[in-house]
Amino acid sequence: MTFSPALEERFAALLQKYPEGKTRSAVIPMLIYAQDEVGAITPELIEEVAKRCGVAPLQVDEVVGYYSMLHRKPLGKYHVQVCTNISCMLVGGEELYEHAKKKLGIGHKEVTADGQFSLEEVECMGACSWAPAVEINYDFHHFVTPEQLDKLIDGLKKAH
Amino acid sequence: MAELVKLTIDGRTIESEKGTLLIEAARQNGIEIPAFCYYEGLTLQAACRMCLVEVEKTPKLQVGCTLPVAEGMVVHTDSPVVRQSRKGMVEFLLTNHPLDCPVCDKGGECELQDMAFRYGVGESRFLERKVHTDEKQWSPVVFFDAPRCILCYRCVRICDEGIGVKALGVANRGVVAEIVPNHHDHLECDECGACIDICPVGALTSGIYRYQTRPWEMEHVGTICTHCSDGCRTTLGVRNGKIMRGNNRDRSGINGEFLCVKGRYGFDFIEHPERLQSPMMRVGDSFEPISWAAAAEEISRRFKAVKERGGKFGIIGSNHTTNEENYFLAKFARQGLGTNNIDHHRTGDLATFFDALSGRNDALATTADLYSASAVLIVGNDLSQQHPFLAYQARANVRHHQAHIYTVTSGPVREDNYSVGSAANVEDLRDKLKSEKDLVIVFGDSVQGDALRKLVAFGDSLGIPVKYVCLVDYSNSRGAFDMGVVPRDGGMSIDQMLAAPDLDVLWVVGANPLKRGSLSAENAFVVVQDLFLTETARRADIVLPAASAYEKSGTVTNVCGEVQKLKQALKVMGAKTDLEIFGLIAKEMKLNLGIWLPDKVFEEIRKNVRGYNVPLPVVATGGAAPTLPLNGHVAALPGVIQSAGDTLFTSGSLSKYSKILNAVMEAPGGLYEGSKER
Amino acid sequence: MALYNEPSPLETRIVSKRFGLPNSASLDTYLATDGFVAFRKAREMAPEQIIEEVKASSLRGRGGAGFPTGLKWSFVPRTSPKPKYIIVNADESEPGTCKDRLLMEYDPHQLIEGILIASLAVDAHKGYIYIRGEYRYLIDMMDKAIAEAYAKGYLGKNIAGTGWDFDLYTHSGAGAYECGEETALLDSLEGKRGVPRMKPPFPAVAGAWASPTLLNNVETYSAVPYIIREGGKAFADLGTPKNGGTRLVCISGHVNKPGVYELPLGFPMMKAINEVAGGIPHGRKLKAVVPGGSSCPFLRAEECDIPMDYDTLAKLGSMLGSGGMVVMDETTDMVKVALRVMRFYAHESCGWCIPCREGTTWLRKILQRMVDGGGRREDVAMLGELSKNMLGRTFCALGDAAAMPTISIVEKFAEDFEKYIVPEAVLV
Repeated sequence: MTFSPALEERFAALLQKYPEGKTRSAVIPMLIYAQDEVGAITPELIEEVAKRCGVAPLQVDEVVGYYSMLHRKPLGKYHVQVCTNISCMLVGGEELYEHAKKKLGIGHKEVTADGQFSLEEVECMGACSWAPAVEINYDFHHFVTPEQLDKLIDGLKKAH
Repeated sequence: MAELVKLTIDGRTIESEKGTLLIEAARQNGIEIPAFCYYEGLTLQAACRMCLVEVEKTPKLQVGCTLPVAEGMVVHTDSPVVRQSRKGMVEFLLTNHPLDCPVCDKGGECELQDMAFRYGVGESRFLERKVHTDEKQWSPVVFFDAPRCILCYRCVRICDEGIGVKALGVANRGVVAEIVPNHHDHLECDECGACIDICPVGALTSGIYRYQTRPWEMEHVGTICTHCSDGCRTTLGVRNGKIMRGNNRDRSGINGEFLCVKGRYGFDFIEHPERLQSPMMRVGDSFEPISWAAAAEEISRRFKAVKERGGKFGIIGSNHTTNEENYFLAKFARQGLGTNNIDHHRTGDLATFFDALSGRNDALATTADLYSASAVLIVGNDLSQQHPFLAYQARANVRHHQAHIYTVTSGPVREDNYSVGSAANVEDLRDKLKSEKDLVIVFGDSVQGDALRKLVAFGDSLGIPVKYVCLVDYSNSRGAFDMGVVPRDGGMSIDQMLAAPDLDVLWVVGANPLKRGSLSAENAFVVVQDLFLTETARRADIVLPAASAYEKSGTVTNVCGEVQKLKQALKVMGAKTDLEIFGLIAKEMKLNLGIWLPDKVFEEIRKNVRGYNVPLPVVATGGAAPTLPLNGHVAALPGVIQSAGDTLFTSGSLSKYSKILNAVMEAPGGLYEGSKER
Repeated sequence: MALYNEPSPLETRIVSKRFGLPNSASLDTYLATDGFVAFRKAREMAPEQIIEEVKASSLRGRGGAGFPTGLKWSFVPRTSPKPKYIIVNADESEPGTCKDRLLMEYDPHQLIEGILIASLAVDAHKGYIYIRGEYRYLIDMMDKAIAEAYAKGYLGKNIAGTGWDFDLYTHSGAGAYECGEETALLDSLEGKRGVPRMKPPFPAVAGAWASPTLLNNVETYSAVPYIIREGGKAFADLGTPKNGGTRLVCISGHVNKPGVYELPLGFPMMKAINEVAGGIPHGRKLKAVVPGGSSCPFLRAEECDIPMDYDTLAKLGSMLGSGGMVVMDETTDMVKVALRVMRFYAHESCGWCIPCREGTTWLRKILQRMVDGGGRREDVAMLGELSKNMLGRTFCALGDAAAMPTISIVEKFAEDFEKYIVPEAVLV
């Protein structure tokens, strides 16, 4: 597989980061950064990461299913993650998630037909004191109301 | 002697070696602490939580499978809280486990059933929907039913730690965590089925056995696998004269847990449609069935005539037939027919080997030595392919005793993964080997003649105790040599027999020399005893249907010289054991060669064959008795010595007739890359 | 950088003292505000002295378990043929907890200095900060801070001219609560499934890559520079006896001013709710409090008139946990809360051991059925009983973390279940 120069640079750094002979440690970071670029954890990507880290593809495969941020199916360009865990739930997180479903017309781990948005109801993301919280890709949004979520999504639509 | 500690389990004071795991200490004293994931010899998991016990002065229940015993420990394995905890565990396990026991292969021998019966409750409180996924086929012989899986990780561990393949892993997490094969939707592995065998429930099932029978409908016959020379015990499940499965759940043999694909599945050749069912005589270009009496009469007439006129016999024995058969055949040749022209397909240079050791029986390694020696040197063999059990022993030795493996092989082998030293030449390893406590040297057919003498001299010069294994291919290759199915005292070797234009009789028992070679003597009278119409049988004047090892009693000697007993599992219509056939011919020829019952012949062997005076009870009870065949000089033998180079999935002519071996060989990844040329 | 919430005048700002300063994350700001004073001081101290100082501070692990930090440090063997490692647990995932984010965002160099002091104490020369994958922006910020420290000689060779060498890296997780458990974190760091390890051996002896490893939470390391600079006693005196220092309390839920506030140990809980966090909105009454993240047994309102310290919470059968304090008012439906909490644990159970894997999902399904209109009277008792069948019997603490809040809700808020009990529940 070929990756962007920036990602290749990151991979090279990753393989240097860990003690000698411990390149298996690079598996998870490599997967998550590669997913950002490739869009999903594909079988080819698993083989590629296994090769680069010097492990069996099965050892990479085992990891993929374990971590909730690693996805075998492509996500939308904007992955909208709404937290409904306890702190968010108490201040409207569930309602916000229901609103997001309606707004985007998709459900949990689904992708809009145009591939622009995907939605996920996520567990606590560490924004409890500024709840309810939404993370779009890697950007946090705090104290989010349904109206603000609409604005956010509309803004991203326009940007596209 | 290790330090002993005193502890109390359920009111009984017991003594146990310091550091012993509580679960083992209890077992050694007849107290069962139940467990799924704990498995002797494999790494600890502490995952199933069935072994939780009460240890006084600790606030929480303790894990019996990871807790080392300590002086003064007071343990309760059957207190109300322990019983309640186990009930809870079984109840948790059963929430997502389908209760399809009535149709599950494992029903009747399922550890979860047993646990539920002994420690569980009779009713279910689980009202919710179970997690379900569909059953998957991973290979021709391995099926996986995830909902039945209790995630004890035994399969993952036996495949990784035991077999060295690492073909199984765990995907997903939580309640949907699931065992997965190494190639996404299928397995590329040894297809040994160890994962199936070790599965405590019906999650992993066997392609040949599934939905065929209930375990209690079978008779379980412990016998010895007829394929390679390692001599693994396989317990055949037999129902109505049909072998339903092979396994080694009772861990009764030298091989303990281990069986390879051939031992577990490679018995279906016995019911191949081409199996010979009647004696046949050549009439022109074809064969016609004749009676056993007519066949014996014709053979007798021709043999007698050749014997009387001082003609030339050539006799080729088998490396799959029993010691009794080999012994009787050698006797038949030498005493009955007056010839030394007897040989078998030799796959290791045992004559030079025995000569080089010049009487030192203690330099012969047993299969157990591969597990206990501090180092193992493998020369010129892909052990995992050709001697999977010996490879398993060496791996277990690394795992349990931190033994050192060294390899001197022409290509990459699995043992390289465990090797602490690989070299092109043993001399390059001298310094490392010298520092070992003791060593077993295992070598293949490339080491013969002078090279073999040099290797033994090398081993002997290391200044440490060294034992050797001269590898041979088949289930009784070693026995054929020991019983004298060799061209001693001026006899002709196989190639000499085939090349002799004046050969009058060629008698082939369970061998297929014409697969590659050709017979020069156009007029020779050819008698072949075999299961199938092999290339050699096609050239025969008379073909006699022979019984396979699974259809007969007797003994065989494995690659390490250990004698084990075959137990007849079934009878196949039409065929006779080779011993019976010899007897029939001898009787017809009015030769007095003694009684041809296996037990009687074995008595003779014990008396007459050097090193075979083994303790009868050991053999009779299914044990493996080491032989001590060495006694001074052994004369060199003429002829070629060459391994057939079988892989995990082939076994000379036999594998051709095994559907299952062919199926796994053809499955994706079934055949190792590179093993074709090895 | 703007703060996420206004500070409270009732705070005692020790680890958060730079929060809100202009360019608080820059090394210059850090150096201008006592930065690396402690490291230089520690460099002059014997490792044992550093550990003694930490012990004297009575600092306890801020990740949740509350293990005495100095004691933990003393478990790392003095000499080792293998290299030793410092690992930072920045996998902050305990529901209700959002403090480590701020420590990395506003004061990354304080964390780096804390790590460096720890490296002196245990003689380690390499460290990794395991940051949860969701905190990508923090990985980037930490990387930036680390790069700045390298560039200015505060990481790498001959740190600050003291002759001490240390290399520090970040490591991204990829979404797994279980990786907050220290041994699961180590397996994850090694590129494996984040399944906890058997103990012993403890990480201090055989941790990352089977080497001796010191592993602490972000906040724990962040408190170390102050302790060394001002002395262990000074830190301890901020709190109450045996409950030294301050900690970041993340107040969330039904309060007017949710936020992360640094409060001394022993600070009154009701004061935190009513004064620091501005009280409960709409004049409603307090119903329940999660004192330290969703793994802690819940407290009923009448139990909350307490000082927030380890011992008091322990006496109540609960914990201070990771500092995630969730406040619930009288309108809160505790059955729905129990369901949400159990959905979390069932989702996050690694699946390794039977009781946690099967128990969390079973409990989740029962609670879901009840909320969906199929509750039976016996379900309530069964929730408690099944939880107790998990409690103390699972491979790691996640099973306990799922069981304890459930037991507390069933036992303390039984009345909330009444409306979900349908006399003739039709089961589907």
